[in-house]
Amino acid sequence: MTMHDIYLLSPELSLAGLATLVLLVDLIVKRKSYLFVLTIVGLAVPLGFTLALLGSLDGASMMENEGVLRDTLVVDKFGLFFKLLLISAVAIVSLLSIDYVKRFEQFQSEFLVLLMYSATGMMLMASTKELITIYIALELSALPVAALAAFMRDGRSAESGLKFLILSGISSALLLYGMVLVFGLTGSTQLDDIAERIATLAIYTDQPFGSYALLMGVVLMVAGFGFKITAFPFQMWAPDVYEGAPTPVTAFLSVASKAAGFAVILRVFYSAFGIEELSIEWSAIFAVLAALSMTIGNLVAIAQRSMKRLLAYSTIAHAGYIMVGLAAVSTRAGSGDSSLGISAVLFYLSGYAAMNLAVFSAVIAISNRINSDAISDFAGMARRAPYLSAVLAFGIVSLTGIPPTVGFIAKVYVFGAAVDAGLEWLVIIGVLNSVIAAYYYLRVIKLMYLSEPPSTDSIESGIPLRLAMLVTSAGVLLFGLYPTGLLNFVKSAAQALLSTS
Amino acid sequence: MTDFIPNFWQQIEEPQAWLIFLFPLGAFLVNSLIIRPFFNQYSKLSGWITVVSLTASFVLSVYAVGSVAANDGRSIGWASHEWVEVANFKMTVGIMMNSLTALMLLVVTGVSLLVQIYSMGYMKGDSGYSRYFAYMSLFTASMVGLVMSSNIVQLFVFWELVGLCSFLLIGFWFHKPSAAAAAKKAFLVTRVGDFGFLLGILYLFSQGDSFTANNLNPLEIRDIEKAIGLGTVISSSVAGWIALGFFLGAMGKSGQFPLHTWLPDAMEGPTPVSSLIHAATMVAAGVFLVARFFPLFEASPVALDTVAIIGGVTVVFAASMGLVMNDIKRVLAYSTVSQLGYMMLAIGVGAPGVAIFHLFTHAFFKCLLFQGAGSVSHAVGGTFDMRYMGGLRRVMPWTYATFLIGSLSLAGIFPLAGFWSKDEILASAQGQAGFIPQAVFGLALIAVTMTAFYMFRVLFMTFEGDYKGGADADPDVESHAPSNTPHESAWSMLGPMVILALLAIFAGFVANPIVNLGAIPEHWLVHDFLHESAAKFNLGIAAISTFAAILGILLAYLMYVSKTISAQTVVSSVRPIHTVLSRKYYFDELYEDLLTTRVFYRGLAGALDWFDRCVVDGLVRVIDNFGRNIGRLIGQAQTGQVQSYGAVLSGGVLVILGVLLFLK
Repeated sequence: MTMHDIYLLSPELSLAGLATLVLLVDLIVKRKSYLFVLTIVGLAVPLGFTLALLGSLDGASMMENEGVLRDTLVVDKFGLFFKLLLISAVAIVSLLSIDYVKRFEQFQSEFLVLLMYSATGMMLMASTKELITIYIALELSALPVAALAAFMRDGRSAESGLKFLILSGISSALLLYGMVLVFGLTGSTQLDDIAERIATLAIYTDQPFGSYALLMGVVLMVAGFGFKITAFPFQMWAPDVYEGAPTPVTAFLSVASKAAGFAVILRVFYSAFGIEELSIEWSAIFAVLAALSMTIGNLVAIAQRSMKRLLAYSTIAHAGYIMVGLAAVSTRAGSGDSSLGISAVLFYLSGYAAMNLAVFSAVIAISNRINSDAISDFAGMARRAPYLSAVLAFGIVSLTGIPPTVGFIAKVYVFGAAVDAGLEWLVIIGVLNSVIAAYYYLRVIKLMYLSEPPSTDSIESGIPLRLAMLVTSAGVLLFGLYPTGLLNFVKSAAQALLSTS
Repeated sequence: MTDFIPNFWQQIEEPQAWLIFLFPLGAFLVNSLIIRPFFNQYSKLSGWITVVSLTASFVLSVYAVGSVAANDGRSIGWASHEWVEVANFKMTVGIMMNSLTALMLLVVTGVSLLVQIYSMGYMKGDSGYSRYFAYMSLFTASMVGLVMSSNIVQLFVFWELVGLCSFLLIGFWFHKPSAAAAAKKAFLVTRVGDFGFLLGILYLFSQGDSFTANNLNPLEIRDIEKAIGLGTVISSSVAGWIALGFFLGAMGKSGQFPLHTWLPDAMEGPTPVSSLIHAATMVAAGVFLVARFFPLFEASPVALDTVAIIGGVTVVFAASMGLVMNDIKRVLAYSTVSQLGYMMLAIGVGAPGVAIFHLFTHAFFKCLLFQGAGSVSHAVGGTFDMRYMGGLRRVMPWTYATFLIGSLSLAGIFPLAGFWSKDEILASAQGQAGFIPQAVFGLALIAVTMTAFYMFRVLFMTFEGDYKGGADADPDVESHAPSNTPHESAWSMLGPMVILALLAIFAGFVANPIVNLGAIPEHWLVHDFLHESAAKFNLGIAAISTFAAILGILLAYLMYVSKTISAQTVVSSVRPIHTVLSRKYYFDELYEDLLTTRVFYRGLAGALDWFDRCVVDGLVRVIDNFGRNIGRLIGQAQTGQVQSYGAVLSGGVLVILGVLLFLK
């Protein structure tokens, strides 16, 4: 392993190193809040390495990689985009956790450490092109989450952790079956090799995906990855786990885990199954699943009474919106910009990270004090906590998709990509779903601003939470008013994925 | 060509142009987010913040005008910035800096600056001091953004923001029911026009394919001009429909007949707000819009004639109501409507440059007159009713002198600013062949006499004769300042008035002289800067219009000063007409009682209400029930049993496989 190989892997290595360092420092430091400072400051190292790699790319589609990592690692703008997103998500979630973890008497540092190990796995997911490595990275990201979900060690939390562990195991099994079938058919675990072999295979036009073996493989992989992104019908775990897990973990799951899932789906499907005949077929699967995820997520969200469950179903719905971008494969319509669907997904993921973390910051700040997740307890909150309510309302407005927030631009982009790919019916379903979503989103705002508060005690929040809210709502507003910079970045990241595959 | 621009003059750069907009916006943000919540005890600061930032904007606007002038009045071509691009849809934002933009910037920032200085005196001690300046800065920022926009959607956003700000400012004293009602009225009436504007934009956007075929963007204002120039992109009738939609928007904002009713009621706001609305923002936006999209109007004779007719009717219609009003601000309001009619009329006869010239001069004297009215009202304890004023000439010499200058300018007396611009409008209309231009010329000429009459009626009733008690005598004023004797206003108010008076005298002749002034060539503003080779100065028309104006002044003198003609006798001899005029042609009744209450509220709204309750609400209830029940039903699947979750997970795979196999 040469220095160059280490450089290529430096963001992941430094993040894992930081996690280990925090674990060791925990042994000698009494005040646990130092560990959070260490983490947030230390995240500058992986961030710096990622930016350095981005700089060294210098226009090339991917980094030169001829060492031992030749067959497994790919360092391109696409992967680096996700690394930036994930590092930012870890930083924000750490900020959210500082006050939250004070309720655990012990293991405060382990909370952070597990978070960072999981993020390391997610970063690897975004930058590997080999099936076995994908699987390992996926497990690395999932196992710490199971522990994190059970962190509160009460009944709900333990149940949440165990459910995640078991269901994640089932979905991993499905994924492995799929991978095995694809390997059996093509004789390779390399994504680009798989694509080459598939192109030479005989195609039976009466069979979906050209052959039953590939059909099984692809559908099982969709199931395995669908679990990660909470796509219908693989979303059942989400509400229970989200509700039981500590709220910062819920935020992490809904943003980071989902982003990593989409990263790996984009990489696998565009690299290995990118040829026209196949992409038309899998995009149809994603289109139908997108429609169902949106509709189911939004309809069930209406009936919820707990804020965390509401956000869980909302996250399922948003997975649906993002999958609209996944389904918008340009080969369907045969014209236009082939990277449009990919860049729409990437833009939506970044916007979703900002707005969802803004909402979660405010929810954590409020429910920390009132010790309740019930929506009805948010009544009249605008009078008790004007700033927190404003952030929450702003985030919700963005989730609804109203300008001038990033949620609006993200929806326009995803739906635009779908129209361009000839998926008008899906866009109509998406727009109808946005209306349904407005019903339960705006009800929260109405409750906060127009109802009488049960008590008039004002609610204060700590500095870390305020910082998190400031950063995320600034992102929501900034990317809503001036999305051009981010748009250009995701476009070039999408181009990178297409050219490396 | 433009010798008065020094050689070392550098062309303005785009970031500096953005600053013209960002300064007032910054003042708004500082006032509303920092001063008002945290330092409200130092609310005096907010006035200074606004004035300083507007001074910076004004200086940069002068710079912009100079740069465009140095460029021989041609547009400075800054490319628009891409904002969102999805497939074929391209949304840009940018600055369109041409002579029209630059001149509007100068008027908006200049007048607004003077109004803010005046406001620091006028609003002293008001509990909403910093809120007032926050709104005023946002108002100015929106208007600046509106005139700079290079994209129609961008323009529309600022258009709506201008509407919002006027709503907030007219209803500034929202605890007064009349102010709240006036704000609502202004918002709703202009909304009718905005709907037309929006339809126009949508229709234009639907023509996108023929634009993109020529590599043009339908939402880009510059590209519309190019498209009209090509002649093949949109047909004359399409252009006409779009233009009419836009004109409806302009009618609402500029208070053209029959959407004028909001403007006189807008008097409920603080007086400096009126002076800003009537001079530089809001109402000017409508005229600006038509001038900006003049190529669209030019492409369709029907649209152009409509503008001319509406303008012509408004001129006389509004002036006639101004004849009988007793509230000084209402007279001025109808005068504004009438003057805006002149501008529309000028555009309608194909002379947008002349219209903008009149907008330019009108801004100064109308702002001055409103400030004068405010100064008078301050002096007499808060009333605006002229029947309780009188004799103020001796106690308020500065106010009297500036008000006299403003009145003369508005009446169009040689050699004040209003004379030159009004004369150009009359000459443009008269110079056009055809029935409509000649007819509106006639209307415009009649209105000249009316204008002079109502203006000097105001002047004589307010400043001549004996003092009649002011607010103490006015039964309509409920709460007023402790009774005081009339006095001259503070210098923070008089200063801007004196500057405006100077502009009301000189702005017309200096900017657009009829002879070559050496540095400034003949007809510089209209010919060289706004590039319009329309009618020249016409001595005959000048003589006739001056005669008409003097006739009006004389009539006012005979009726209100020498009392040779008894106003009472005149009124009683034309009692029915007087009643119709003072009831404003029953338009408020028509709109409020007949249209709003009977047609809209009982008829249309009743039907809609039924539709809303039965169909829409029913649908919502069905969806709500459906959603809730379906939601609950699916929620039931959420048993919490991990076994069933695993089963669904695996079952899902089988279903997908089954469907795919079945479909193939």
